[in-house]
Amino acid sequence: MVSILNGKNGLLGETTSQPDFFRDLNLDQVIGAITRPKQEYNLQPFFWIPLRDAETVRYRQEVFQDLENQPVMEYIKEFAEGMSVTRRYLAMIEKLDFDYHKKGWFLEAALVYCDAVMTLARHLDGLPLSSRGLSAFREYLMHYVQLSAYRSLATEGQQVKNALTEVKYCVVIKNGKFKVKRYESEVDYSLELEKTFKKFKQSDAQDYLARLPERTGMSHIEAKILEFVARLYPEPFAALTRFCTEHHRFLDEVIQAFDREIQFYVAYLEFITDLKRQGLPFCYPKVSATSKAVYVRDGFDLALAHAWRYEKKAIVLNDFSLEGPERILVVTGPNQGGKTTFARMFGQLHYLASLGCPVPGREASLFLADHIFTHFERIEDIQSLRGKLEDDLIRIRDALMHATADSIFILNEIFSSTTVQDALFLSKKIMARLMDLDAVAVWVTFLDELASLSEKTVSMVALIDPDDPTRRTFKIVHKPADGLAYALSLARKHGLTCEQLQERIP
Amino acid sequence: MMKVFLLYPDRDFDPSAPLPPNAEDLTQDLFLNILLEAMAQGDRFLFQVTRQAMLSPLDEVASILYRQAILKDCLKHPDIVRRIYRIPLEFLERKRRQWLWVSPRHSPPTSVLASARELLEASLDLLRQLRLIADQNVNTFESQGFRRFFTMIQRELDDEYLTRIEQHIQQLRFPQGVLLSAQLGKGNEGSNYVLCYPNDADRNWLQLLFAPRSPSYSYTLHPRDEAGARVLGELRDRGLARAANAVAQAAEHIESFFHVLQRELAFYIGCLNLYEQLMALGEPIAFPQPLPATERQFSCTALYDVTLTLTLGTPVVGNDVSADGKSLIIITGPNRGGKTVFLRSVGLAQLMMQCGMFVPARSFRANLAMGLFTHFRREEDKTMARGKFEEELERMSKIVDCLTPNALLLLNESFAATNEREGSEIARQIVSTLLEKGMKICYVTHLYEFARSFSGNNVLFLRAERLPDGRRTFRLKEARPLETSYGVDLYHKIFGAEKQENMTQ
Repeated sequence: MVSILNGKNGLLGETTSQPDFFRDLNLDQVIGAITRPKQEYNLQPFFWIPLRDAETVRYRQEVFQDLENQPVMEYIKEFAEGMSVTRRYLAMIEKLDFDYHKKGWFLEAALVYCDAVMTLARHLDGLPLSSRGLSAFREYLMHYVQLSAYRSLATEGQQVKNALTEVKYCVVIKNGKFKVKRYESEVDYSLELEKTFKKFKQSDAQDYLARLPERTGMSHIEAKILEFVARLYPEPFAALTRFCTEHHRFLDEVIQAFDREIQFYVAYLEFITDLKRQGLPFCYPKVSATSKAVYVRDGFDLALAHAWRYEKKAIVLNDFSLEGPERILVVTGPNQGGKTTFARMFGQLHYLASLGCPVPGREASLFLADHIFTHFERIEDIQSLRGKLEDDLIRIRDALMHATADSIFILNEIFSSTTVQDALFLSKKIMARLMDLDAVAVWVTFLDELASLSEKTVSMVALIDPDDPTRRTFKIVHKPADGLAYALSLARKHGLTCEQLQERIP
Repeated sequence: MMKVFLLYPDRDFDPSAPLPPNAEDLTQDLFLNILLEAMAQGDRFLFQVTRQAMLSPLDEVASILYRQAILKDCLKHPDIVRRIYRIPLEFLERKRRQWLWVSPRHSPPTSVLASARELLEASLDLLRQLRLIADQNVNTFESQGFRRFFTMIQRELDDEYLTRIEQHIQQLRFPQGVLLSAQLGKGNEGSNYVLCYPNDADRNWLQLLFAPRSPSYSYTLHPRDEAGARVLGELRDRGLARAANAVAQAAEHIESFFHVLQRELAFYIGCLNLYEQLMALGEPIAFPQPLPATERQFSCTALYDVTLTLTLGTPVVGNDVSADGKSLIIITGPNRGGKTVFLRSVGLAQLMMQCGMFVPARSFRANLAMGLFTHFRREEDKTMARGKFEEELERMSKIVDCLTPNALLLLNESFAATNEREGSEIARQIVSTLLEKGMKICYVTHLYEFARSFSGNNVLFLRAERLPDGRRTFRLKEARPLETSYGVDLYHKIFGAEKQENMTQ
């Protein structure tokens, strides 16, 4: 059985830190939110290693698609719950003091484990699975539950449990003294009381039923009671002791690994479920490690969608595409018009695609880059000893040194601290290098000229609402850059355009 | 079931049911608090209950008649009714005096159980008293409601049952120790602790002596084993939890039975109080004849404004009106001629009828109103920013939000805050549309244009009367509006004297 995360090589080595572009793309927020509800599995490292191999991406996409089938997801979750309980019980035993108490919990752990495994096997059996990953695991599971080790664990455990459940005894408590005896059909007194007083019921009475906390652990008094009970009913306790000795280590390693790794998928799907319910689209992108013809229809910034999940604000969906020789999206338009969000979306989509995940968009075809280089303005950088401009240039130079034709660049308002003349000059230079490199890029800028530098650039503009220029549309569309559009709309709103003034002034 | 059912034949009165959104307006426009205070006689509880009842009108003829019959019994046997009312009061008094209350649910079950048991003990003889009254009066009361109530008490609180409660109160002291049955739960931890009734609780010492002994193991805690004692206490609590719940709920149920009894009788006690005052003033009362909401009926003789009587402490002028078949009553006439007083008496009578009370009149019948709404001109205008007229429209719009067919609207000088032409047109459009939509409307107005635009069989015009010498009788006559209003009168009366004074100076 290979890993559910990687059909070819088994699980890749785990890394201990997130990629350096995570913060710029707000992917740290996204992955944090995805993995937070599942901390016991330590899933973050799985989200820190992108794939470059289209085949493995598809292997994961298949597993995702199987899990989007509601029953499959429910079965996996039920199984995970059982495994989690098993682990919790086994960990707890270490802290207990009394022998029959420990053995009792060991039996519980074994029962929950057997049940979780068998239930999953029964559920997956005959279910239409199309992923290679889940099919292989099902095969393993079917084989496992036939093994005699598993079968004796399950049947003996159940027999011991049944015998213990049948034990019924009485405790009589009076003034610092107690007595334990067998149960002899004494009647339930509370029932009798409830029956007697029922007639006074006017409406639902307040609930006085004390919710005494379910305690685990055992005091010396309860241990004494248990000891007396074991003396009154010796056989079931002897059977329990035999069971514990014979099934000392019962957890299967392959099943344990699957239990953790499948949570990568579960966590991501759970995270996007709410967003889907709000009408936001997700899709499985076509991926390629060679073709740089990329496009997305109705894409959005996943971090923003998550941050706004409780708000009424609608998330604006945007499209982009690069065809033929096109490599660089140059984004211009008014401030606060959604340009940065657009740039982040571009990066997020490519990264999430490289994890094998469904991406935020209605339809997508994406490129598996070898690395994503981002350059966003950072507050703390301004404090550095080097000047801002110098710092920008050094960072870009370093990036270009490590980049290849298969890298993606996301540049957000670089050179904004210098003169237009300088900025234009530097930008053209960097642009030329990117073009030479043939890298894919998004470049957010206030310089209209960059949008039409060559056949490799595509001009994208943040739209404004002509009726109310102060309203933000967050819509980024493919059209020629036009820096004056915003100012003209404002003028029209206040009746100050040429035509308006002609009419207003007699 | 121990159901009181003195306000509805089939359900409890809900003291916290939401009041109609216009409850505040009704209270203010109809001077409702004057009436409620007379009924309550300083008792806040009576005030609240009667207020709730009056502002939650019944919408079926049968349920009104149900209460009327009970109220008639009350007027006939006021002493017995007040004696019953004292039983729940005595219970509450004991509770207060003996510091009895059921410990809150987060207390240990042992103390919940003990406190609930004491409360039960305190209620036992009051239940017996109630039984006695029921035994004595089941045949003297005539209303269906009281007969059902007394019969229910006789049936539910029979001797055998009262004895059983007494026995439980004894057993709940656990003279033989607390007996719990239990099973092994997860991890062999004791679970499912259930309080049991000892098999030998009812055997005598001889039977016990010869009973076969089952094997058992005993353990006595070391006197300094405080942790052990605490655990044992917890186990005991675990077993007692459900029993404590049952007994506490029983105590609460008995208490809430007393509360319901107090609450439902409070309404009739309030009616009794009012009745006694009106009798002392020599004013008539009548049990009204309620008619289905879809009809258009309104007839009364000597209908008076009970709040005015109560305020003045003397009998006041009543009106005879017969407006059967009318959907719109337009009332015109001189200022301070009794128009508003009449409008208020209509509203109060409707409310009193629809909560099952008698009404202040010699006779009264009317169709039920599916909602009563008042739109009175407000003298004080707190909203400086908005115009008065706009405020009126806004208030009307809120009323329209709540309207359903067969509602009754009382309009008092509405839309007079603008000039007459505009006011009349607005009023005409609103009133004619509301009539089309099946509302019934009483409108006190000076808007002549408006009044003139209505005619026909379904409209009744009333006018405040003025004698030839200019004095007002405070009586309304059936008459179409006069074009001149009587504001001039008032002006002269108030300013006239002053003017002359000025002139002589």
